[in-house]
Amino acid sequence: MTQKKTVGMYESFVRSGQPTRATHYCAGCGHGIIHKLITEAMVELGLQDRTIIVNPIGCGVFGYYYCDCGNVGAAHGRAPAVGTAINRGRREAVVISYQGDGDLGAIGFNNTFQAASRGEHMAVFFVNNATYGMTGGQMAPTTLVGMKTTTSPFGRDPLTAGYPLHVCEVLNQLKAPVLIERVSVADTKRIMQARRAVRKALEIQRDGKGYAFVEFISPCPTNMGLDSIRAAIFCMEEMEREFPLGCMRDNSATAVPRAPVAPAPGVEAFFAQSERQHQAPVAEADEAFKEQRLKFTGFGGQGILSLGICVAEAARLEKRFTTWFPSYGPEQRGGSAACSVVVSGKPIGSPAVDRPDVLVCMNQPSYERFAPDVRPGGLVIVDASVPLTMPAPAGVRVVSMPAIDLSLRLGVPQAANTMMLAALAWLEVTGLRSEHLLAALDASFKKKPALVEKNRLLFSEATAWLERHVPAEVRG
Amino acid sequence: MTKFVKGNEAVVIGAMYAGCDVYFGYPITPASEIAHAAARWFPSVGREFLQAECETASINMVYGAAAAGRLALTATSGPGMSLMQEGLSYMAGADLPGVVVNIMRAGPGLGNVYPEQGDYNQAVKGGGHGNYRCVVLAPASVQEMCDLTMRAFELSFKYLTPAIVLADGLLGQMMETLALPEREMPKPDTTSWAVHGTPETRGNLVVSIRPTALEQEAHNVRLQAKYAAMQVEAQHETYLCDDAELVLVAYGISSRIARTAAEALREQGVKAGVFRPLSLSPFPAPALCRTIEGRRALVVELSSGQFHDDVLLQIAKAGARYQPVGLCNRMGGMVVTVDEVVAAAKRELAGGAPGEPSGRLS
Repeated sequence: MTQKKTVGMYESFVRSGQPTRATHYCAGCGHGIIHKLITEAMVELGLQDRTIIVNPIGCGVFGYYYCDCGNVGAAHGRAPAVGTAINRGRREAVVISYQGDGDLGAIGFNNTFQAASRGEHMAVFFVNNATYGMTGGQMAPTTLVGMKTTTSPFGRDPLTAGYPLHVCEVLNQLKAPVLIERVSVADTKRIMQARRAVRKALEIQRDGKGYAFVEFISPCPTNMGLDSIRAAIFCMEEMEREFPLGCMRDNSATAVPRAPVAPAPGVEAFFAQSERQHQAPVAEADEAFKEQRLKFTGFGGQGILSLGICVAEAARLEKRFTTWFPSYGPEQRGGSAACSVVVSGKPIGSPAVDRPDVLVCMNQPSYERFAPDVRPGGLVIVDASVPLTMPAPAGVRVVSMPAIDLSLRLGVPQAANTMMLAALAWLEVTGLRSEHLLAALDASFKKKPALVEKNRLLFSEATAWLERHVPAEVRG
Repeated sequence: MTKFVKGNEAVVIGAMYAGCDVYFGYPITPASEIAHAAARWFPSVGREFLQAECETASINMVYGAAAAGRLALTATSGPGMSLMQEGLSYMAGADLPGVVVNIMRAGPGLGNVYPEQGDYNQAVKGGGHGNYRCVVLAPASVQEMCDLTMRAFELSFKYLTPAIVLADGLLGQMMETLALPEREMPKPDTTSWAVHGTPETRGNLVVSIRPTALEQEAHNVRLQAKYAAMQVEAQHETYLCDDAELVLVAYGISSRIARTAAEALREQGVKAGVFRPLSLSPFPAPALCRTIEGRRALVVELSSGQFHDDVLLQIAKAGARYQPVGLCNRMGGMVVTVDEVVAAAKRELAGGAPGEPSGRLS
């Protein structure tokens, strides 16, 4: 290795403004060897211009001093997320995530695991030296049982600190990875095998075949407290007993290269084609129009929210300004539903309706909760199933209508909201024309055209009921 | 072309017209519709959508995409926003653009999913570590959810710094008519600094590390100069302020409530107006000082007084004469009502000790 000219690395390394040929790594460290293996394969496979290395936090943080390709520095543990995004954004890029054991196995393990599970297109080179190097020799997830570090000064005790993490073995439970291999850089024979694994991982990237993971058992003489020779021997004897070398998976021969991106329309064409049905005229200012603030309330499943949207849609057809605001979150899932609609002749301030002009109530709790807030001169439309346990505020009219019962008798139990829409139209309290309310009703069934006629029928049945039972002077 | 959409959906439309290439996100109420819409629409126009494993991943994916010269978007709410702070700091440190939308919910902690504005300081003051701040824009309508998302991309790439669109659950969930943008924004050229995996970008380097104190200080000085230069981008809007005796100062959804309250006050004979910053960072301080000078002012917000504090600070930093500014606020997902603002405004006009909050604090 030493005689051969290094390729893929800068001629001189600029560290703290000074050019040098020496790396910042300690004597006997494995990082420099691994860098060489990577840059050599990158150049030999013709990938240098396409390669982007995501550098980690840890001793490898300065990889960009040496590797002559695109370089990005990632936050501690997040190289898989960063690498994922680079390749998703630049499919032609060959992405390398270079990470140590604390970075990959501790703080960033879920990012590693999830990127592997998604089969992201990247080569992950994982340097396992059983310790945190740059931070000062602390215990890593891969620290051996009994091994002394600055945070396991009495030796790693599995009863309190758990056992060494076998990353390759864990990842081998996942379906997506194409290559999973553990190698070592502790002696020449092992380095030759590591070189083959690196090459394979980059070939998989070149061919667009998916996720490749190579773990390197790597000496850290400084933090192992050993000289270079003994650190290498420690790797071969102690570490390999815990982390056996070998290829656990190589599906590179059968893995299918990903398909090219299919052509797609541009944004303008997409919305012009797919969203034409949402067209409505632009709202126009009309100072004469009295702003209407409406609240729709009931149980989830009664079509409360869609009733509100229907009124808002009618307002749009009539060139009014309008807002719709729903109850959301657990409140909605807990059974009750509510939404607020404002219809106005000018740009609307608050979309929240604290004091409604019109309140539609489909259940008792809503009536009790919201009826006291209705403005004087306002109106409550309440389903006949709701007992009027309390009087409405002074000056507020109440219309009780058997919307649920009527819709049941007409065989469309989900359509009680259509009955309520008819009531809003007949009572003339929205300030909107019936033709627009009907057009909005039709539009709400645009995906189920069979229901348009049915709901129109329900609308007229409800209107007929109102004609028979509600005195005309309640209107308006 | 118009479309009746939720604020959350308008964000995605704005991003698409801004030329956003990739969306990364993790679901959270009340922001999830942003991910839903992105999942539907992004692949339909040949762009990338990915559901990340957590918000920490989301923001680092935005970082990665930005490093590769792509326009990236993520969206979340309070708890997720807290998780993203480290990533935002890294982006600021690495001069990387990208847009984060925060559909604020009530906190601290899990809180609840209802609208609040309690993430003001986190967004505006730089919620992560180190000397940085983001561009922060505050929409107040569905239209602005779209338009300010586009503006966030524009400013983010102009100044190479992350931008936050700071909205809330009410703006995210409400529907209004959106006029779609006329055309897609041109793509910024990122060749000089990003890594594209191409020969011309091979020597580019994207890192936030500056190994020596000297280098790091120089970097910080440069960042501060960049933030100072951003000041020209400050935006605000006034409503009925010309003859106002009282100015309601509010951003986002609170400014909508303030607007209705100002109208109600005028019906009752009180000349009220509204001052609304569209950009919270940079803050339109000179315009605010000009507008409230010689008038009574009342801040309306859905948080503990974070915005009120900043209004006082901004007035002081702009060198304007001290004046009392009242506060009318609710928290916890309770939305301040028009009636409450009207009552607080009348109390403010009636006097009270200088600086004494006129609204409720609990």
